[in-house]
Amino acid sequence: MQLIACPWCGPREEAEFHYGGQAGVAYPENPAELDDETWARYVFFRDNPKGPFAERWMHSAGCRRWFNAVRDTHTYRLLRVGR
Amino acid sequence: MESLPEHPGFLWRNPEPRKSYDVVIVGGGGHGLATAYYLAKNEGVRNVAVLEKGWLAGGNMARNTTIIRSNYLWDESAAIYEHSLKLWEGLEEELGYPILFSQRGVLNLAHSLQDVRDSVRRVNANRLNGIDAEWVDARQVKEICPIVNISPDVRYPVLGATYQPRAGIAKHDYVAWGYARAASAMGVDLIQNCEVTGFEVDRGRVVAVRTTRGRIATGKVALAAAGHTSVLAERLGLPLPLQSHPLQALVSELLEPVHPTVVMSNAVHVYVSQAHKGELVMGAGIDSYNGYGQRGAFHIIEQQMSAALELFPVFARAHLLRSWAGIVDVTPDASPIVGRTPIDGVYLNCGWGTGGFKATPGVGWCFAHTVARDEPHPYNAPFTLERFTTGALIDEHGAAAVAH
Repeated sequence: MQLIACPWCGPREEAEFHYGGQAGVAYPENPAELDDETWARYVFFRDNPKGPFAERWMHSAGCRRWFNAVRDTHTYRLLRVGR
Repeated sequence: MESLPEHPGFLWRNPEPRKSYDVVIVGGGGHGLATAYYLAKNEGVRNVAVLEKGWLAGGNMARNTTIIRSNYLWDESAAIYEHSLKLWEGLEEELGYPILFSQRGVLNLAHSLQDVRDSVRRVNANRLNGIDAEWVDARQVKEICPIVNISPDVRYPVLGATYQPRAGIAKHDYVAWGYARAASAMGVDLIQNCEVTGFEVDRGRVVAVRTTRGRIATGKVALAAAGHTSVLAERLGLPLPLQSHPLQALVSELLEPVHPTVVMSNAVHVYVSQAHKGELVMGAGIDSYNGYGQRGAFHIIEQQMSAALELFPVFARAHLLRSWAGIVDVTPDASPIVGRTPIDGVYLNCGWGTGGFKATPGVGWCFAHTVARDEPHPYNAPFTLERFTTGALIDEHGAAAVAH
């Protein structure tokens, strides 16, 4: 099992964490003004790169706080973890 | 030194890529090979290349748990999966090749009252669509599969199951080889070790693919690359609602026949059958993170094994022989995307997620129709990319029966 370095608790087993998908997806500022296609992009479309990917993780069995990480989706290596 | 025996006859030609083809299929797995076969057989399109970056059928086609069934909830899904199951029923004769298709039935277990309600609803929906389905209680589950633990004393007792008697398993490699052999014999070029590195698009229409073995001109590109579809689509500038995840499975060592059917459980989460050779074949839910690594985390296997042992105490002393992962391309509604794209001449077949193997003949048939005629077959017409904008989703998270 992989160790993930929680920025608050330090390295813990992967099973303690919850995956939150792509990081940096902001809620649209004026959702009522979006056309269907732009809304669909926000709701359903996420990046799916093979390689480094900026993600959200939560330490659900620990401090229960969300944080950002950059992880390589091919090697699964965590490249950066940040608050 | 003793001389080696002669190599058995090859099942398909191994040609050099030509400069151009009428259709280029990207991905030499089950779907790509079946599409090539039906392009040649049904549509009379034989100037076709299947480009495979590795070896034929070495991706998800070699990594799935070979479960074949059509007991999906919605009419759209029932139509295409049942079309596929009917093709499976005649496939051995069609291909003239043994595929060890065994209609041993599938039980989808219910462990909670909500499971029971959902399952009974699905049985009724299946019947309205002419699909064999019945609701069986726990005692009948035990009759169909005597090694299932139906004790009420466990954390998630078996309350009953849906049963589809025509469901079953097949030998995945033989299916791919059967299609490859037949397609090759009709003139399709199967080209291995040939990765597509880019596309040439001129005024909104595809004109060529670039590969590690040179440029190949073509007016039609059919993507059948499963977990790597997003990587290809990015080279086309085409965003897709796909997330690629590892999906793990494993086999035990060879055992005496103990498991006569296929058992799937959403709630405690494992799906199990016994291959002809004797291995117990068990599948897990997906690993939660995006991943292209063809391997997953061990705690997923631990959960899967605890589920297997609760359902099948007799497995307690079985040894794990091998475990592996495939890369599954999951859509938001757990239904596939099959059809045209905003780029003329580029066709999508992706998003089959955790359940693409069973669809191999059906989607090959429909995708070939779509590519040859530039319009969808009625069975794949609902599975458009546009449904994520129009909202006409086909939510099969329940019937998909694999957690994601």
